Amino acid sequence: MLANYGYSDGSGNYFITIDTDKCNACGECVEACPANIFEMADEDPNDPMNAEPLPIVLPEKKNKLKYECATCKPSGDNRPTLPCVMVCEGCAITHSW
Amino acid sequence: MLEGKKPEFWRWTESNWINPDIGWEEARFITLGIDVGSVSSQAVIMTDGNMYAYGNMRTGADSPNSARNALKFALEKTTLNEDKISYCIGTGYGRVNVPMADRTVTEIACHARGANFFYGSKVRTVLDVGGQDIKAIRCDEKGKVTNFLMNDKCAAGTGRGMEVFADLLSVPIGEVGERSYLVEKEPPAVSSTCVVYAKSEATSLLRKGLSTNEVLAAYCSAMAERIYSLLKRIGIEPEFAITGGMAKNIGVVGRLTKKMGLEPLKTSWDTQLAGAAGAALFGFALCHKRNG
Repeated sequence: MLANYGYSDGSGNYFITIDTDKCNACGECVEACPANIFEMADEDPNDPMNAEPLPIVLPEKKNKLKYECATCKPSGDNRPTLPCVMVCEGCAITHSW
Repeated sequence: MLEGKKPEFWRWTESNWINPDIGWEEARFITLGIDVGSVSSQAVIMTDGNMYAYGNMRTGADSPNSARNALKFALEKTTLNEDKISYCIGTGYGRVNVPMADRTVTEIACHARGANFFYGSKVRTVLDVGGQDIKAIRCDEKGKVTNFLMNDKCAAGTGRGMEVFADLLSVPIGEVGERSYLVEKEPPAVSSTCVVYAKSEATSLLRKGLSTNEVLAAYCSAMAERIYSLLKRIGIEPEFAITGGMAKNIGVVGRLTKKMGLEPLKTSWDTQLAGAAGAALFGFALCHKRNG
């Protein structure tokens, strides 16, 4: 499942996509994120028949991703690889902006 | 000075229903799905996965009470009482506040499941335009979510926005769709989808001499544009279905259909019930799993 967390508003599109098929539920992203936007859920909130743990974006942070993620996204051409993307072995995390 | 009560143009009709062909007495599992949304609350009762009864009403200020009232409304025409219900699932914005729920499931999962039930297993793309959010969902033939996006950051393009316009233009919300097509020439869409900006833009359009219907057309157009951009993000695959209250607004649905070049599926069910129906179906599936 492609879980898109975030929003689109007048200033742009801000979505973090977690591909749950690529995710191995290691929980590294939760540790790596300096803004603590991820959390391990005991089971997939969007699939009640699946009781496997997986990371989600915290509901209280998903509508301010533009600001939460700002520290990892300095302006300019040489943007470093994002910590959450870097630690993810299965390359399950992508950012839309 | 005496003043009559101002009519509330945003008000839509509440309804409840019972399936006359089914008796609950023979059912193995009676499951209940309660969807407490930002604007409306629904309770759907299913007997072994079949629609038995429902209640659809406005959400009050208090979520637990809205859930109780919706259930009471659904039970009104039946001889069933609450303790006969085997399993209850709460969904929607207010799902954590449904007092009788055995567990909660997100509205995304429930709408996909509900759309699968209402429109058949061929549905791949589900759009839910609710009171205060838009959900774009892709699902497989079993109604399992494969890709989703929910925008609840702002009310742009949602039912709440339409309520504001109905009120501003004194047009009953049920007539907005038809009236938006009573224009000689389609006006350009309102440039901003933000409800507050769009409202001030609409006011200036009225001052410029546009008719009420033209302003409605301009806003319906802007909503269709907004919804289309969100749908494009998850990718549109046929068949396509719309759930939620906005599915009843032909002004938005018609303009969206034109943009997409894809006709949405039709159902005889009230589209607002999809979430609660999905919840009741999950309840049934979980009962089955538990009892073998």
